[in-house]
Amino acid sequence: MTETIEKIEHLDKKRAKEHKEKEILRSSVTLKVLRANRAAGEPARYDTYEVPVQRSTTVLDALLWAKQSKDHSIGIRYSCRMASCGSCGMKINGIPRLACYTKVSELEGSTITCEPLANFPHLRDLVTDFSQFFAHHKDMKPYVQNKAADLDPSQITKLSEFLQTPEDVDKFLQFSYCIKCGLCYSACPTVAMDTRFPGPQALGQAYRYFADTRDGASKDRLDMVDEKHGIFRCHFAGSCSTVCPKGVDPALGIQLLRGHLLGFSKSEKKAAELKDRSKA
Amino acid sequence: MLKESQIMKIHYMTGIAALFVVAVHILMRLVMPYNLSLEYDNVILNYHNLPYAVLLESILVLIAIHGFNGLRIILLEMRQSRGWEGFVTVVTIAAMMGVIAYGTRTIIVANGLSLG
Repeated sequence: MTETIEKIEHLDKKRAKEHKEKEILRSSVTLKVLRANRAAGEPARYDTYEVPVQRSTTVLDALLWAKQSKDHSIGIRYSCRMASCGSCGMKINGIPRLACYTKVSELEGSTITCEPLANFPHLRDLVTDFSQFFAHHKDMKPYVQNKAADLDPSQITKLSEFLQTPEDVDKFLQFSYCIKCGLCYSACPTVAMDTRFPGPQALGQAYRYFADTRDGASKDRLDMVDEKHGIFRCHFAGSCSTVCPKGVDPALGIQLLRGHLLGFSKSEKKAAELKDRSKA
Repeated sequence: MLKESQIMKIHYMTGIAALFVVAVHILMRLVMPYNLSLEYDNVILNYHNLPYAVLLESILVLIAIHGFNGLRIILLEMRQSRGWEGFVTVVTIAAMMGVIAYGTRTIIVANGLSLG
């Protein structure tokens, strides 16, 4: 088991313990949901719904109950219901969270306020536009670039692989847990001011591939983030890492990448060895 | 054209160096009673002391570079367009050079050297 996995398991246990201690049991809650159809030019308003809840009810469950039983027109984006797809990000009681990963019993007060994520263009009710967010992610070329890799389809039978040690994997593993839910982007104070700033998610991914020993484009990745609206606009508020539901620490990735750009950290990255598996 | 990482390196280094020279400058106010140190004759004496004049010039240059780059960063975040970026860069560099030139002139004149 790698160090990162151990750390994440420890955090999960800590979160479960804290939740058990702070658990508030109630039979119903009031959902206060921001409603607006921006395309129709509607002004925003709040609708409230009284929802019966149980100990394990999540905010997403409560919202879906309201949508099914009270108002079919509530706009909400969701899919996996298990914090894997990152679709149901929203502001719950003012904090960016995943609705499927937030239990009603861990929230204080009898009213739960649900609002769309900040820093994203608002479309309808709890749905926001992720185009710009994904464009920043794509700009970072979030894939392994290596000229030695056998990408030629005619050579596909070669069955070669890059070998990495567990220590090599540990350097980037936590950043690869990112589910692109946009909570860090929503919590970032720099993104709120500067729309050309790539945001913590994209910069975290830049570090994830920079630190990967299979990747051969380290210099290009540093050049990509080294511009006027790039990595140096981060104020290091740290809110991105606080809200991440997967335990990723984008603020750490940003600081490590900055260290490399400023020459404080020397890149001792050893290129992963390409080995032909068919000979093994 | 300097890369942003090079500009930020200069920004951090000028900040750290400014802390040091300003600390020396403040300590120099304490070698005599504070109010006496700000009297006209004593101030002029400071300018006539060449090492101290060099210290004042270095404070001027370091603070101007650090401060105007800080202002550039704040202004860059306010709007996102090529025109604004260019405008902010030109204005802050011009203002920085203006402040350094005017301050240097003051130091030279107070030092008693002729500007020709």
